[in-house]
Amino acid sequence: MSGGAVLATSVEQQEPRRGPDLPRAVGTSRATPYLLLSPGMLWLAVFFVVPTLMLLVTSLYTGSLDQGYTFEFPGHWATYSNALTEYWPQFLRSFLFAGLATVFCLVLAYPLAYFIALRSGAWKSTLLVLVIAPFFTSFLIRTLAWKTILADDGAVVRTLNSLHITDLLTWLHLTEADRILNTPLAVVLGLTYNFLPFMVLPIYASLDRMDGRLVEAAQDLYASSWAALRKVTWPLSLPGVVAGTLLTFIPAAGDYINAELLGTAKVSMIGNVIQDQFFVVTDYPTASALSFVLMLAIISMVFFYVRRAGTEELV
Amino acid sequence: MAVTTPSSDSSSMSVRRRPRGPVRWLRSRLIPLVGLLVLLYMFAPIFVVVLFSFNQPSGRFNYQWVHFSTNAWTNLCQVGGMCEALRLSLLIGVVATLCSVLLGTLVAFAIGRHRFRGRSGANLMVFMPMATPEVVMGSSLLALFVGMNVARGTGTVLVAHIMFCLSFVVVTVKARIASLDPRLEQAAMDLYANERTTFWKVTFPLVLPGIVGASLLAFSLSFDDFIVTNFNSGSTVTFPMFVWGAAQRGTPPQVNVVGSLMFVLSLAVVIATQVVRRRRSRV
Repeated sequence: MSGGAVLATSVEQQEPRRGPDLPRAVGTSRATPYLLLSPGMLWLAVFFVVPTLMLLVTSLYTGSLDQGYTFEFPGHWATYSNALTEYWPQFLRSFLFAGLATVFCLVLAYPLAYFIALRSGAWKSTLLVLVIAPFFTSFLIRTLAWKTILADDGAVVRTLNSLHITDLLTWLHLTEADRILNTPLAVVLGLTYNFLPFMVLPIYASLDRMDGRLVEAAQDLYASSWAALRKVTWPLSLPGVVAGTLLTFIPAAGDYINAELLGTAKVSMIGNVIQDQFFVVTDYPTASALSFVLMLAIISMVFFYVRRAGTEELV
Repeated sequence: MAVTTPSSDSSSMSVRRRPRGPVRWLRSRLIPLVGLLVLLYMFAPIFVVVLFSFNQPSGRFNYQWVHFSTNAWTNLCQVGGMCEALRLSLLIGVVATLCSVLLGTLVAFAIGRHRFRGRSGANLMVFMPMATPEVVMGSSLLALFVGMNVARGTGTVLVAHIMFCLSFVVVTVKARIASLDPRLEQAAMDLYANERTTFWKVTFPLVLPGIVGASLLAFSLSFDDFIVTNFNSGSTVTFPMFVWGAAQRGTPPQVNVVGSLMFVLSLAVVIATQVVRRRRSRV
């Protein structure tokens, strides 16, 4: 997603929140909210909810594209077990890559967000623009640029080779044969890069809202800087961290652009499989089953995570 | 984004307390350094995109520097199909923005201003598309269109774009509505403005910046979307679809020119809105 998305997330987080208990506007009837809601909700119902149900139905079809698909009650559930037996490595890899990218994003984003929110002074709004500016260019064009940067005879790879860092990375199974492009590392780097602002901006928003006097109070009570960071700043920034990890992990887990452009078939993610099953293999039931499982997996992870993190303040 | 003045607490704190201890040193020196490095990392591809728009590639792929040329900038539409794709993406972007902003603003007013049965359900409905990976949304819509025998093309792309932009519009406008001071409307009513006048003279102008922000957001989401579009476009080629195709067949430097132009134009829009906002807040 592009810079605008990120911009809005930050705008939204900065707005002060007001309790939902508003008196009903005078002169509006009980039906007014439903009238306002209905066109948008209808659109979401027809083009989000119905398609999701259709995805489930399609995943239970029997037959093939040539002979035509039919639905026989209670559906061909074997598609699910077959698809999962065959493609569990890609599922695992998607969640692993997305998880790694989320961790990298957090490590990179926290210091930047901290600096912008608490140490940048008059440069704050300029720095915020700089954070989202790279994302004004097309997602695909940016990702293609990484192909140039990480090219085998490029400066980055040569430097890392001469410092023997590629040997270390190869030992960690992140890269192969002194190259970065077409290795798992390239895909994770691409994912990290593409979703970084989704981590920076929510963390920035929570740190910016934090009352600076709380840190002072902690220090007045003889907390060391480290203790103040760990016991005051970090917990107060948690809503931003939670929102940021979700905004990074969800799109990263379903992404197949980075794996396609920066990786090879050997490091394909579940998104690549779904896309191939639809357009190359044209096995619609398998593709739909994989897609449906991905959705369920992500929804259950999100709910579990939000419950654990205990924050109501999502998107 | 809101231009907030730095809190006086944090700046006075750093002045009053001399840095001491290793963590203090880390915070005062290391954090700005890491922040700067992260920004450099974020800008590296932009630098490459702009640089390689001035390249004269030797083969079909524009991944290696050969020599300087302004050919791509002066012959932008020479590449077959690119400018048509660009035009289509702009058109889809504008239509998807208008529709999603209209539908989304109504929903935002309903959720933001009213208490009613099913409000949390409506909130969940708005949240769900944002929590769903694009590949799932794209394949679900494809399953629907295939199941209903709908031919894929510009129309199906539009339908999909309006759907995923809608949630982002609702969230953005709703936040703006939530930040309004109810006393302004009460004041208008106290001065004998009726509801309609109050809405159009007070409420709506105050919500308008949120609607403008939502429009920019919706446009950029639609313009840059690849995954959902790829599933539902049939033979229609939007600009991201063109770039994807080019990535397999060979990328002309003209693609980089468009990337550079997008960067410069959006940056100009953001800077302009910042300047306008700053002027307004000064008056």
